[in-house]
Amino acid sequence: MKSVCIEKKSHTRQTWGSTLAVSTLPALVIGAVIFQAAGVSSFRAYAVMLEGAFGNWYAFSEVLVKAIPLMFTGLAVALAARMALWNIGCEGQLVFGGIFAAGVALFFHDCIPDSLMIPILCSAGFAGGALWALIPALMKACWNVNEIISTLMFNYIAVIIMEHLYFGPWRDPMGRGFPGTAMLDPTAWLPRFFQTRIHLGLLIALAAAAAVYVSLSRLTWGYRINVIGKSPKAAGYAHIKFTRQTIVVLLISGGLAGLAGMSEVCGIHLRLQQGVAVGYGYDGIIIAFLARLNPLAVPVIAVFLGGLIVGGDQLQSALHLPSSISQILEGTMLMAIAAGNFFAAYRIKWLRSNP
Amino acid sequence: MSDVIFIAAIALKSSIAVLLAAIGEIFTERSGVLNLGVEGMMLIGAMTGFIIGYTTGSPLLAFSGAMAAGALLALIHAVLCVHLQANQVISGLAVTILGTGLSSFIGRPFIGRVGIRIETLSSDWISAVPLLGPILSQQTAIAIMALVLAPLAGYVLMHTSFGLNIRASGEDPKATDAAGVSVTAYRYGCTVFGGMMAGLAGAYLSLVYTPGWKENMAGGQGWIAIAMVIFSSWKPVRALLGALIFGGLNALQFYFQATGLELIPAYILRLLPYLMTLFILFTATAMGKKTAGATPASLGKPFYRED
Repeated sequence: MKSVCIEKKSHTRQTWGSTLAVSTLPALVIGAVIFQAAGVSSFRAYAVMLEGAFGNWYAFSEVLVKAIPLMFTGLAVALAARMALWNIGCEGQLVFGGIFAAGVALFFHDCIPDSLMIPILCSAGFAGGALWALIPALMKACWNVNEIISTLMFNYIAVIIMEHLYFGPWRDPMGRGFPGTAMLDPTAWLPRFFQTRIHLGLLIALAAAAAVYVSLSRLTWGYRINVIGKSPKAAGYAHIKFTRQTIVVLLISGGLAGLAGMSEVCGIHLRLQQGVAVGYGYDGIIIAFLARLNPLAVPVIAVFLGGLIVGGDQLQSALHLPSSISQILEGTMLMAIAAGNFFAAYRIKWLRSNP
Repeated sequence: MSDVIFIAAIALKSSIAVLLAAIGEIFTERSGVLNLGVEGMMLIGAMTGFIIGYTTGSPLLAFSGAMAAGALLALIHAVLCVHLQANQVISGLAVTILGTGLSSFIGRPFIGRVGIRIETLSSDWISAVPLLGPILSQQTAIAIMALVLAPLAGYVLMHTSFGLNIRASGEDPKATDAAGVSVTAYRYGCTVFGGMMAGLAGAYLSLVYTPGWKENMAGGQGWIAIAMVIFSSWKPVRALLGALIFGGLNALQFYFQATGLELIPAYILRLLPYLMTLFILFTATAMGKKTAGATPASLGKPFYRED
């Protein structure tokens, strides 16, 4: 007779690589079930996704394009989570980064010298995102108001304000009713490379990842953040100022997400319009936890998730399956991450009872 | 006068989904499990309810199917949180993402179709109720049920031994376990109940409130329900108050649209429910000293026996 027993391991070791592998597997299985249920061979569906995302240089360049905002939002979530803060508001911060960048480019491009345009756009995007995180940050730091719900509410508010702007006061007067602002001045376009849509945002995102990594692992400030995140009690004994650090971290986190909006508006859409808010803020949550909050792993995971999204879009055009399959796979992966900690910490042992 | 009744009737109609979901989440959180997947479970409920109603024509099947679908998603969350000691925030967010994705995947062929209609009560004896009659007669049976459920749920939670066990599981699971009560069973039960209520709330949206299926049609009402749970200090009757405030703001929006009054720009009106939720969350946490004490002490913390 056999019976099972659950035993705690003496030590656990999880890397982002193993997390990625272990969480992708169940997602692929669930995806296969869904494909079969939808009447499509799952092998064919996955082949279409893989081919569509990594099959040729152009497809892969589109994956990198998608990965740019994902890198920013992934970093934003990861930085906050290092301090045990939940920034679920990246979507709204992305939108406000986009609004600020578009506003600067639309209304002030005449008074900004060309060479300063891109640094100013970056600052505007960062400021917009940080501003959008300010109220949740203050509410969390000073009154301990749940930041998950407050940041989330601001997502809905940001999208409504953006729609108001491009349907209303900022609408292109020459646009014949097209819901969007006028095209931004070419000086505000992020330069593109290799005749693809890959733009300067990629380099900015990689630099941001390096900066977050260095701050977290090499600076006293980063050390403080990690202490608060791992043990608020110890942080209290060490006289680390919880209130100030909460505000600072959430503002920087919001600013990073704001850069995602800036890079989308100035690198891809070249105007403020529908399609700026398509959920990259929420994808950031999955990226951060797949990367095990490691800022250097975030860009790699962002490319992976970008591939998933581009592959999902291919399913829509090639097999007429809704592209929301990528969202289903993401949800399953996040569940697997949540369950994975248990399987990393415990092992299931088969006991053979002696007769 | 008729304007007041118009606004009140719509306010009540708009509050029901948030109320149902909040009652469910109160039970879930009281037992010690935080489920941030309400939005996803609501969407799954809305999609399932609409499709079952559309294909079978039976409201009863539609609502039960929606509850079952919500319960199923909640069950995944329960397995992750109770047995696998998962991080409940991550697991809840995963439920929301999965629910949003699944509902939009499965529901896509049904966008824009006309489903079943649920009749309003409008019978003579309800219209005859003084004062509330004209308001109640514009509601459906499910709304009345939700209104009755709020005080009933409050009674069960605070005045029965069953409710005591639920609260004990969320306050001090170790002591509860030592007293011979299965914390695991109560946490599973309450999480699944929360899923059923969220599923029902979703079906209310797609069958009664705004009949039809649309991607993301819950529009944040699941999250608002979670905020109402905090506002209510985990008490169902106070959640009713919160839900009515939410409904009232929605009704104002309808009223201004219907009458063509442009006192307040339309986009500001659309913002109001979210701003109000933030304000309520803020006052409940920052001003109310009660809230801190009312939070179930072991909310979000996994419990396991060290054998």
